[in-house]
Amino acid sequence: MSTPWRDEVARVAGLARIDLKPDELDRLAGELEVIVQSVARVSEVATPDVPATSHPLPLSNVFRADVPETPLVRDEVLAQAPAAEDGKFLVPQILGEDA
Amino acid sequence: MSDLTRLSAADLAQKLTNGEVSSVEATQAHLDRIAAVDGPVHAFLHVSSDEALATAKGVDEARSKGEELHPLAGVPIAVKDVVVTRGLPTTAGSRILEGWIPPYDATLVTKIKAARLPILGKTNMDEFAMGSSTEHSGYGNTHNPWDLDRIPGGSGGGSAAAVAAYEAPLAIGTDTGGSIRQPAAVTGTVGVKPTYGSVSRYGLIALASSLDQAGPVTRTVLDAALLHELIAGHDPHDSTSLTDPVGAFADEARRGLAGDVKGVRIGVVKELSGEGYQPGVLARFEESLDLLREAGAEIVEVSCPHFDYALAAYYLILPAEASSNLAKFDGMRYGLRVEPTDGPATAERVMAATRGQGFGDEVKRRIILGTYALSAGYYDAYYGSAQKVRTLIQRDFAAAFEKVDVLVSPTAPTTAFKLGEKLDDPLAMYLNDVATIPVNLAGVPGMSVPSGLSDDGLPAGFQVIAPAREDARLYRVGAAVEAFLEARWGAPILTKAPELEVSK
Repeated sequence: MSTPWRDEVARVAGLARIDLKPDELDRLAGELEVIVQSVARVSEVATPDVPATSHPLPLSNVFRADVPETPLVRDEVLAQAPAAEDGKFLVPQILGEDA
Repeated sequence: MSDLTRLSAADLAQKLTNGEVSSVEATQAHLDRIAAVDGPVHAFLHVSSDEALATAKGVDEARSKGEELHPLAGVPIAVKDVVVTRGLPTTAGSRILEGWIPPYDATLVTKIKAARLPILGKTNMDEFAMGSSTEHSGYGNTHNPWDLDRIPGGSGGGSAAAVAAYEAPLAIGTDTGGSIRQPAAVTGTVGVKPTYGSVSRYGLIALASSLDQAGPVTRTVLDAALLHELIAGHDPHDSTSLTDPVGAFADEARRGLAGDVKGVRIGVVKELSGEGYQPGVLARFEESLDLLREAGAEIVEVSCPHFDYALAAYYLILPAEASSNLAKFDGMRYGLRVEPTDGPATAERVMAATRGQGFGDEVKRRIILGTYALSAGYYDAYYGSAQKVRTLIQRDFAAAFEKVDVLVSPTAPTTAFKLGEKLDDPLAMYLNDVATIPVNLAGVPGMSVPSGLSDDGLPAGFQVIAPAREDARLYRVGAAVEAFLEARWGAPILTKAPELEVSK
């Protein structure tokens, strides 16, 4: 049955690229509603004068010397891929239309 | 030789150095212990017997030739399955990575291998470290060695249960909101979340990159210090890695073991007690405080008013970062690939089918929540506000640390609960980490050390928190608590755990 939260979960699952079964949509709709209502209290203290923090310790950009490093062993990487061909990852068609 | 498994890592290292025992004997003793008890405990997802014994043999040969060795060389260790190990399966507790063999080592694993500690295997965990009970593992529950019907904590329940059950003297954990400290508390073991950046994150399968930190899981504070010294240090492969020299953690632990806490200013966080905390947990906490006070520490109460908002901020920041980090599990380069049963098998549809089948309930829940919090129209209200709360929590810590040297609280509000008890109530599950989460949001270091047994006979934890880069203080205060309490108990807390049934 369509409810606002169920529709919201379906929309977000599409953005997150996760197929959900109907029973998962039902369950997650109820859970998301409860969790979102609970975490929304962050706005009580997040006044405009407070700056946002994205990182625990102050960060500055980090560079490394522009010298080659040993890469991963190609065949060891490809051996773990779902599919590989000619030394490359073999992936499904990228575009939706018929090739 | 089964008593080799009861030794601390420091004592075992001493016996190895003296030549009283060989690393092969020590490693075999732990492998035998795993074979005997890990069926019902299920701390391990993979046991790497051959590799561990080969490392041990190499250490014994090197020692017999008089080669210079790391003090912990030959002491076996278990590694949480979220840490990549070249040549050993690594799943992060997820079916989506079933059978994956990483083509590289995490930096902390490189350090462990360079120091020649035999790796016993990979330990169980909540899927992608999302959980507080290890019940969200894709490979079955880990059981608390104190009571097999109860949770071992999470997400690193496997590492904590492994050291509590004498299957390993040392283990590696990772802590994003309490995943090292809360399992330590409920299994009667020691766990440390270092300052953010103390230990390289290179090769940890990321959950929330601004919160994740690897650290030691052990039975004693000194062992944690020794392991922290081994795995810490600057790593060019992690742009957030601290360039500071590694502290003298073991020296500080020895100072604490000698009872030296005179003049240390200890702040009790007012907001991390009271409602929701089990009376027995609070009683053990107060007793530990009394012992510190008797030894000359100054105890004061400190208020951190924004800690009440930490849980809410965490459950926005973590899912937001996780939803981004887990986008790489798309069925293209590693792990599971599922093709849709009907319609065209485009990359996008393969990705959705793969993730729909490969991710468990909690991972789906958090990715949905994170994607929601980041989506257009909600970003400012949720994620933006959560980042502001993070600032307020950091200010609370900064103000508190102007008055005191360390902060303390119970590690977790309750002892281990029954398996299944909170599985259907995500919010109740999240509350287990209420006292550990502020530490991650601020990037400061935290430790859990056993405080005793609660009224239900199960272990509780005492948390010590220090300012960023002052991890050494944890070891001094934590070791003092350990020493005072063990003097009172007459033996380490784990000697009070029931003996596990041993299978032949």
